[in-house]
Amino acid sequence: MSRVRPFDHLLLILGAFFMIAPVVMAFLTSTHSSIEIHQNGLMLSMGDELVATYTKVLTHQGGFTGQVTGTTMLMNSLILGVGFAVGKIALSMIAAYALVYFRLPLASLFFWIIFTTLLLPLEVRILPSYEVVQGLGMLNSYSGLIVPLLASATGTFYFRQFFRSVPEELVEAARIDGAGPVRFFLDILVPISRTMIAAIFIIMFVYGWNQYLWPTLMTNDEAYFTLVRGIKTILLSWIGSQIPDYNEAFALTILAMLPPVLIVVVFQSWFIKGLTESDK
Amino acid sequence: MKRAQFSSPLLPYLLLAPQLVIIFIFFYWPSAQAIQSSFYIEDPFGFGATFVGLENYAMVLGSAEYLRIARFTVFYTLIVTFLSLTIALVLAVKADAVLTGASTYRTLLMWVYAIAPPVAGLIGIMFFDQHIGPLVDLAAVFGWDMRVGVNYYDTAFAMVVIAVWKQIPYNFIFFLSGLQAIPKHLREAAAIDCRSELRRFWTVTLPLLAPTAFFLLIINMTYALFDTFGIIDIVTRNEPANNPVTLVYKVYLDGFRSNDLGSSSAQSVILMVVVLLLTMAQFRFIERRVHYG
Repeated sequence: MSRVRPFDHLLLILGAFFMIAPVVMAFLTSTHSSIEIHQNGLMLSMGDELVATYTKVLTHQGGFTGQVTGTTMLMNSLILGVGFAVGKIALSMIAAYALVYFRLPLASLFFWIIFTTLLLPLEVRILPSYEVVQGLGMLNSYSGLIVPLLASATGTFYFRQFFRSVPEELVEAARIDGAGPVRFFLDILVPISRTMIAAIFIIMFVYGWNQYLWPTLMTNDEAYFTLVRGIKTILLSWIGSQIPDYNEAFALTILAMLPPVLIVVVFQSWFIKGLTESDK
Repeated sequence: MKRAQFSSPLLPYLLLAPQLVIIFIFFYWPSAQAIQSSFYIEDPFGFGATFVGLENYAMVLGSAEYLRIARFTVFYTLIVTFLSLTIALVLAVKADAVLTGASTYRTLLMWVYAIAPPVAGLIGIMFFDQHIGPLVDLAAVFGWDMRVGVNYYDTAFAMVVIAVWKQIPYNFIFFLSGLQAIPKHLREAAAIDCRSELRRFWTVTLPLLAPTAFFLLIINMTYALFDTFGIIDIVTRNEPANNPVTLVYKVYLDGFRSNDLGSSSAQSVILMVVVLLLTMAQFRFIERRVHYG
């Protein structure tokens, strides 16, 4: 087992190159001027427009109505990512708690009501979902952006599995000490779930940040655009123009991927733990 | 089930209520709406609807265009699933085999997971861009005049490449975790019994990885069917006219662009059935794995 395997390394380096090169090249290209890119294609060297381009996309009011900046979209993406992750964790933790730790006559009915949601992705009921949100007057709002996405049981399933693996002695001991259900939840269950919560937070943040179809449908007010949603606007303005703003398009692309990528790389072990133990 | 449980008349219902309310409003209600409107032809201006029974379904399934898109979807799903699974498996086996740098390779290979599909799509079309794209130049070396967004097959090719690129890290993480969970003594025993590495992989490693592989098979099919929406939307540049699209994209086109609610709903329901079958297969598997654990 211990011999050096040059062929394996070669294959892995090739694989890593295949994954990384497009993004590195996108970043390098974003540091050049659009005319330069137009003339020479994608770049493999660092240009001198880094600060200028990124300052421009972050502060310049672009888009169709000239109302939205990169910073606005960045904030909206953060609100969506964090809001979705926190909402998901809060909702699914208390629901899973109710299912695992209480004597509920209709527990299995509730279980199935909740878990059926895993069967159908939002995409197949997109039109009626839009109509419901429209009917509730939630188009172009943060709640309309976040709440409908919460209607699935991924988190509940995950926390249920985890709670069931927590030793029973813990709840027995807590009851002997006179702790009620609320105390037990807040003082014991939440603290021991810390790493699980962190892992799920990372996965859900990435999921929320990366949402595309739903934000595309239900926000047409640019003040609510997220970076990923804004990609479409970049594309449309790109096709129309003579010399497209390649540099700005690439810069926004890099901005749209940076936060989730950073979080996944920095919190790698938590992320993998959550991903592989929760079965998605 | 737990033996030691709390009993409270109200609290568990209060704890379940927020999730149930959201699920009913944003899951059951729209799902029921989709099923209901699949039996109606709706006036596009909202002046009522006519019950037509299965006519929408008959029209959808009888349409040559729908069948063409369905064929493409099957082809696309199979090829994306096959390529992203096999490439990820090879990389995971190699990353598991090397002793030095394994964690570096893991980091280098996994992070693309965090990139949103439409963002991957945008990077992709820039690489396949007629004017600035290096991949178009590369194809030209082999005499391939690649015209993504114009030529049906070239666009399909780009869509597959981008979708596979985006999905490899996810499969890689699961395969590598699966491999690393194989007990050391089992590997050593296998190494003594069988000198050929390739044979060992087929007879020992792969059967042990089978549950992971099956789980990933379902996940990848669901990914190719639904999550590649963003890639397709960007690669076809908002002009799906002559470009390949998948069934879920067609639901969106008919519902939001053509305002053909009945047809769009019938297509939704057809997809619901497909994904229901897929997910049920996945559930059976999860149950089994929970027993193993």
